[in-house]
Amino acid sequence: MDQVRIIEVKQSVFADNDRRAAQLRRELKERGVFLLNLMSSPGAGKTTTLRRTVELLKDELSIGVMEADIDSDVDARAMAAAGVKAIQLHTGGMCHLDADMTRQGLDQLLAEGGVELAVLENVGNLVCPAEFDTGAVKNAAILSVPEGDDKPLKYPLMFQVCDVVLINKIDVAPYFDFDLDRCREHIRLRNPNAAVLPICAKTGQGVEAWARWLREQVERWRSGLPGE
Amino acid sequence: MHELGIVFHIMDSVEKVAADNSLERVSAVVLELGEVSGVVPDYLTHCWDWAAARSELFRGAALRVEALPAVTRCGGCGGDYPTVAHGRVCPLCGSENTWLLTGNEVNIKEIEAY
Repeated sequence: MDQVRIIEVKQSVFADNDRRAAQLRRELKERGVFLLNLMSSPGAGKTTTLRRTVELLKDELSIGVMEADIDSDVDARAMAAAGVKAIQLHTGGMCHLDADMTRQGLDQLLAEGGVELAVLENVGNLVCPAEFDTGAVKNAAILSVPEGDDKPLKYPLMFQVCDVVLINKIDVAPYFDFDLDRCREHIRLRNPNAAVLPICAKTGQGVEAWARWLREQVERWRSGLPGE
Repeated sequence: MHELGIVFHIMDSVEKVAADNSLERVSAVVLELGEVSGVVPDYLTHCWDWAAARSELFRGAALRVEALPAVTRCGGCGGDYPTVAHGRVCPLCGSENTWLLTGNEVNIKEIEAY
């Protein structure tokens, strides 16, 4: 029998994925496509927020949406009904998307060309999606009021990797023990650079400000300026 | 579910190392896992065993996990303290201005192979 060999690797498990994600970002830059990775726990309002966002931006930007779920296509149907190109990705039981899975989705979404803003609606989960760089240009998280203002403390990585945090369902804040200032402070402690925007996707409150933020990021990316 | 995804990423990385080194069978993979990496070692090894049994390269291979301690540094007093015991607030001075120094690693340290 051959002798056992020990081979030193010393490499983060995420290193390969990080490389693939960086490569994907470079390709998106060349193609002039902005990819947003939208993350939150289940039920925080990703799909409703996206529907509102599409209403505000679809006349000026060509939008494509990838809905990632463990099963079903209800979200992709909802987005198609909102008037944008939408595809459903099934993760086969996995709780997150990685750069390769995102690339496969994009191949499909961008096949006919013309998409300027691609949105990945990640699997509803505050833990795993934060660990895998998808290749997105910017990461957004939605935290909804009923979840509580302490979530940035409990799930620090999610709030560390985000460029913007949307505080959704802000209209029901009076009925919950949710303190917006405290929440902002909790986010700032983990990530001083994250923008924090209170919204209500159902009524449309605050969604203009979010659309403005996103529009500016897309313009910066497509014009080659550094992002904020 | 989380752990299974990580197992697939470990296997992808090791497959590359195996190809580069012309290895036919891997007998063990040693993983360094930070205390606050969010990865549960028991789940990880169960997922590993399931996936390894379905692969020519990894059949019968063990996943050995070495824990790395989590240490937090305090911006208030400059001290370091164990994260798991004290959490986010510095036990030395009470400051909340703290950050993780080590403890979220998921590293492939080495592999044993034929």
